[in-house]
Amino acid sequence: MVAAIKNFLLSLVGIALVIGVWAAVSTWFSADLPSPIKTWKESELYVLQPWEKRGEMDQGIGLMAMYSLIRVAKGFLLGILFGAPLGLLLGASQLLSKMFDPVIQVLRPISPLAWLPLGLILFRQSEPAALFTIAVCSMWPTVINTMHGVRSIPQDYVNVAKVLRLSPWKRFTKVLLPSTLPYMFTGFRLSLGIAWLVIVASEMLTGTPGVGGFLWQEYNSLVYSHILLCILTIGVVGFTLDRLMGLIEAKLRIA
Amino acid sequence: MAYFKLQGVGKSFGVRRVLHEVNLFVEEGEFVTIVGTSGSGKTTLIKIASGLMNPDTGGVFLAGLPVTSFPARAAMVFQNYSLLPWLSAKENVRLAVESAFPQWNRTQQLDQVTKYLEIVGLGAAAGKRPGQLSGGMRQRVAIARAFAVEPALMLLDEPFGALDALTRATLQAELIKLIGQQSPRATVLMISNSVDEAILLSDRVVALGTKLSPAVPVTLAHPRTHKALQHEEEAVKVKARITEFLLAAGTAKSAECQPVEPRILAQVVPE
Repeated sequence: MVAAIKNFLLSLVGIALVIGVWAAVSTWFSADLPSPIKTWKESELYVLQPWEKRGEMDQGIGLMAMYSLIRVAKGFLLGILFGAPLGLLLGASQLLSKMFDPVIQVLRPISPLAWLPLGLILFRQSEPAALFTIAVCSMWPTVINTMHGVRSIPQDYVNVAKVLRLSPWKRFTKVLLPSTLPYMFTGFRLSLGIAWLVIVASEMLTGTPGVGGFLWQEYNSLVYSHILLCILTIGVVGFTLDRLMGLIEAKLRIA
Repeated sequence: MAYFKLQGVGKSFGVRRVLHEVNLFVEEGEFVTIVGTSGSGKTTLIKIASGLMNPDTGGVFLAGLPVTSFPARAAMVFQNYSLLPWLSAKENVRLAVESAFPQWNRTQQLDQVTKYLEIVGLGAAAGKRPGQLSGGMRQRVAIARAFAVEPALMLLDEPFGALDALTRATLQAELIKLIGQQSPRATVLMISNSVDEAILLSDRVVALGTKLSPAVPVTLAHPRTHKALQHEEEAVKVKARITEFLLAAGTAKSAECQPVEPRILAQVVPE
């Protein structure tokens, strides 16, 4: 308990230090960078009335974050919907994995900025293109971790399946899937992190309402304090998502 | 003709020859134990006997038919329990019962599960997962799972190897009881590193060096107890013969390990 309080206080000190550096930079180094106080004053309206809609691109930060979250949720689900089965297949089949491993290794490091134009060509609309980009960028950790999970099923469990003469379906549902699930969830967690990273890029380029879209618009309108507001929001939401997935993951590990 | 037989079984891993010309015949309803020191190829032998591993030479036959995968109406108990950790004790046993008796309805299957969990004294812990059970209790679940499929052939791979001495003795007694209750009795092939355990449980004991020793019958009446066996002349004799064979095999093996060419040491002269 005491240690927990101590850790909390230490993290507050860390935050205070960073804000201090920020204030110092804005005062002495870059006049364009809004100071922490100025940022707060100009963002107050958006933070204190988070669900207020004043115009298409002028909405409370809560609404903006929600639009982004919904978009991420769709793209992420699409990604794991393809990623998890693909990982299972690649893990189960040596042949398929040898066939597709080089392809995956090449596709994996491609930036969302490169995928988005392709999505726009394919779907001709910004929303499906954004979802495509999120899905295609975020699915790889799920594919790779699931594949790894299938390959590292302990020999004991494989023997149990053989000794009990389980049907292929039971083998899948009672042995393979539960044994792979913790690995899969690690993949999901990493995928969600990437999906949240990608959202900003895709909203910036498509100009859709959301945290990323708002950020880009405010940059163009020279309201720099709102850029900082968006950055902080993105960080806090991303952190929360990761923690939530971490909790689910920990639950699965015990089981 | 023997009910369960291993004929001319050989297996090598790379250059290391683990088994060579292993022949074993087990009659229906007989309990045979193979005793070997660690590294003697016991585990390889039972994996081949169960169809989990293919031999390089020779074959395994059950009721005259070659065994190529784990046979139906057979069960196996492993040293490390091999329960699925995400299923409760009950669900672990149920998985086996469902697979062995697909023609039964749900109630019949569940009754069978409950019956065998109660026989091993785990009625109250049926809902617990393996992680919540002690080693002894886990192995009880594994034993219940094995007997619940009413197997004709039972393969035991050092079933008590991971347990403390006291739990080991209790579970040995329970195994004797369970086998006695079966009708007809299952044919049992057990692997063990304990000569005492072999004499306690089996009708015949075989020692495994690089080859199998001639089988030594144990004719003492069941149920046997560790205490009584200490003073029983036959038990002492069986133990002596098996131990002698194992020791001889051990000596032969270490002789094999001697380098073929004599080593020539460098001439080192002090300056």
